[in-house]
Amino acid sequence: MSTATLPDDLLLREHFTELKPPLAPQAAVIEANRCLNCFDAPCTGACPTHIDVPGFIKRIASGNLRGSALRILDANILGASCARACPVEVLCEGACVMHRYNRDPIQIGQLQRFAMDSFRATGEELLTAPRASRNLQVACIGGGPSSLACAAELCRHGASATIIERQPLPGGLNTYGVAEYKLRAADSLREVEMIRRMGVSFRFDSDIDSAETLEELESEFDFIFLGVGLGAVQRMDIPGEDSPGVINALELIASYKTGRIREIKGTVVVVGAGNTAIDAANAARRLGAETVYLLYRRGERDISAFDFEYEHAKQEGVQFLWRRQPHAIRSNERGRLLLETVQVCEVDGALSPILDSHDTIECDFVVPAIGQSPFAQLVRDLRRIEVHSGRIVADPATGQTGNPRYFAGGDCVNGGREVVDAVADGKRSARAILKIAEAAYA
Amino acid sequence: MPDIRVRGFAGRIDAPNPFWLASAPPANCGEQIMRAFDAGWGGAVWKTIGEPVVNVCSRYSATNWNGQRIMGLNNIELISDRSVEANLRELAEVKKRYPYHAVIASLMVESKRESWHEIVARAEDAGADGVELNFGCPHGMSERGMGAAVGQVPEYTETITAWVKEKARTPVLVKLTPNITDIRTIARAAKRGGADGLCAINTINSITGIDLDTFVPRPNVDGKSSHGGYCGPAVKPIALNMVQQIMSDPESALPLSGIGGICSWQDAVEFILLGCGTLQVCTAVMHYGYRVVEDMAEGLENWMRSKGFATIEDMRGLSINRVTEWKHLNLNYKVVAQIDEQKCIGCDLCHIACWDGAHQCIHLDRVEGPMNGHVELHATPAAIEERSRTSITITPVTRNERAAAASGHGPYPTPLEKIPRVDETECVGCNLCALVCPVDDCITMVKVDNGLPPETWEERNHGAECLEPQRS
Repeated sequence: MSTATLPDDLLLREHFTELKPPLAPQAAVIEANRCLNCFDAPCTGACPTHIDVPGFIKRIASGNLRGSALRILDANILGASCARACPVEVLCEGACVMHRYNRDPIQIGQLQRFAMDSFRATGEELLTAPRASRNLQVACIGGGPSSLACAAELCRHGASATIIERQPLPGGLNTYGVAEYKLRAADSLREVEMIRRMGVSFRFDSDIDSAETLEELESEFDFIFLGVGLGAVQRMDIPGEDSPGVINALELIASYKTGRIREIKGTVVVVGAGNTAIDAANAARRLGAETVYLLYRRGERDISAFDFEYEHAKQEGVQFLWRRQPHAIRSNERGRLLLETVQVCEVDGALSPILDSHDTIECDFVVPAIGQSPFAQLVRDLRRIEVHSGRIVADPATGQTGNPRYFAGGDCVNGGREVVDAVADGKRSARAILKIAEAAYA
Repeated sequence: MPDIRVRGFAGRIDAPNPFWLASAPPANCGEQIMRAFDAGWGGAVWKTIGEPVVNVCSRYSATNWNGQRIMGLNNIELISDRSVEANLRELAEVKKRYPYHAVIASLMVESKRESWHEIVARAEDAGADGVELNFGCPHGMSERGMGAAVGQVPEYTETITAWVKEKARTPVLVKLTPNITDIRTIARAAKRGGADGLCAINTINSITGIDLDTFVPRPNVDGKSSHGGYCGPAVKPIALNMVQQIMSDPESALPLSGIGGICSWQDAVEFILLGCGTLQVCTAVMHYGYRVVEDMAEGLENWMRSKGFATIEDMRGLSINRVTEWKHLNLNYKVVAQIDEQKCIGCDLCHIACWDGAHQCIHLDRVEGPMNGHVELHATPAAIEERSRTSITITPVTRNERAAAASGHGPYPTPLEKIPRVDETECVGCNLCALVCPVDDCITMVKVDNGLPPETWEERNHGAECLEPQRS
């Protein structure tokens, strides 16, 4: 059985052509030759998974493409999706010494993609230790990047790992949540398939939602890794929030990526100014929305989205409404939404509405994108795992929680960072689990 | 403006400038040579004239390096495949149209006195300003007793040179092969034979590489290859050494036309500083066309102007005496590496080069505090990398995190922990760090005054001579 896939959707491809098309082989070699091959390279240091960047780049330059890909996968099993989804500007490429030399950093993300695509094209499978050569069973709850990385690392070292996912498709936000022009769901699924072939088991459509289900897992597995991510997008808590036409950003992104939404007409208002808000706003534009507003309660300089994401949104034609908050949502007789907003000003860090500044935007969709709610409640209640501000508390070096059989990583621990952070967490947890098991069975 | 004209090279050869096409494909026929003169070349040595040959296909191969094409070029092409008549007819036409440019006939015939007398006379009758004896071609022709087969045996070189001198009315130049233990033995033979000038170096025996799918070396001629002659930028250092050897040896020194990897005006200046009066170029033209001469000539003129040289003779040979035997070098001269913290980009190539390839004295200890002394006192490169690769790094996602990550590194553009430090007590002044540093003038070698008077190895050992190895 191979991992379920999505049908190739030509319309989706057309609307979401890749932001960065892949490098041609010779372009990759020329770019690889620009790399200075730094010692203790800052790019490697800046990567949460510490990929040996000059190592894989110089292997591209030499034509050792298999070695290049294995070098990447050794540090980061999701090298293919990270190459596409990572905000390299604030990671490896941001750290490149070229900024202080001849300005343009090495295109590390693009080179990594080239190496990974070349490897995939060979059809070669990853070698792992003899399957289940260790008597160690680990369950990874959640099928996103941190669980995949944890399971793959365990499997590579001969342990058995089972991923338990409540959705019908694996990959978590890699499959459902990254903008399609960066990472296609199909590419995410292909990567998961590679991990499955390494020997990782998957259980789909299975929700761990009660004490009983967790107890069953505890009796079946030696350790449990929690890679459950975050919960739904937070509610705005305004009247009319449940009107038809209000769809949260993650739901919007997942829907278009899986073909449930193919077109958006009219006017869309996205509420929030993080990277997910930008992804949703850009998606709305690409799906056909004539006008897309991004509504933010603070100013341009306060947005949490990366600078390059903000620039991208402007290029996509997204219009920004600063210092404005949603107040209520109504519908008019033509079935359109009326989003009532109010201008706010900041006094000593607190926002207060400005009198007589109400304005109503007539629109077709309102898309809240104001952060995800914590998802850790269940685990805490059931397993005495400490949760702080909605995040599972885990040792940063090992991922171990207060309950020594439970490890955790990714968004449910860090509150929502990048794919590569989740991979690093998963890998660290796997190594810690292997170490504990080794000590126990020695 | 400096005057870069050539006057009376090897006795009687004049040219508008010292840049000549070497005897090679760019100087294969009259049409090419005239276009070259129009482009600015001062002279041309005709592709070697002799009994026409049949060439193979393919003929060239190259060494690429780090994405740059043709660091070195290799060929297995023979001398001209066109008749002597056609070549000389065109030579006459070129001389008629370009009387002030230097046209030298490169010649190669079987090793018979009459044959040489005849070809020299015909070339001169056609109007050649001089003849170049091709005693250097390393492939093909040497198997037939010509080219390098002559140039590797001093007696043959001397004899044939003398035959040519019996007949020649124009200057006779002998082109030397580098495929010999000591090029001076052949240079001396040519001088004894009466040569008016020398040309060095010809191409170096080479196999540039092998096709890793077919196992056939390049260039591939129906599944086989043959060693060829190597030229281009890669051979320049070898050529410069041989030029210096010739020009510093009184028994060898003659007017010299420098050849070997000349691609830029800087290369040209170097050959002139080691004594060359003219320069011959092939690979750069084969790569980019005749137009390369423009920058070479302008660059030479501009450099001469900046240094105050009026003519090529003013600068010719100024570096010959700056090369000496090792035993005459000052053992008490001391330099140490100095790193400019404002220029350092933090690539730390100097650190790893010094640790793995030199004397373990460039350290990454600026944060912990400097510690001078032996290797054992310091963290190894492997330990430093391990520290980075086991550290916990997170993506700076919030505004504040990004601001913190991007915030200043104190007084330097690079974070202090990435700026290496030289332990001057251990530095041997080898230059390696300065060579690997990608930033101009970031690492400089600074003279240290140790108060010691100059002393050479010869002086320290009271003039002890190096003994000849004993034969058993």
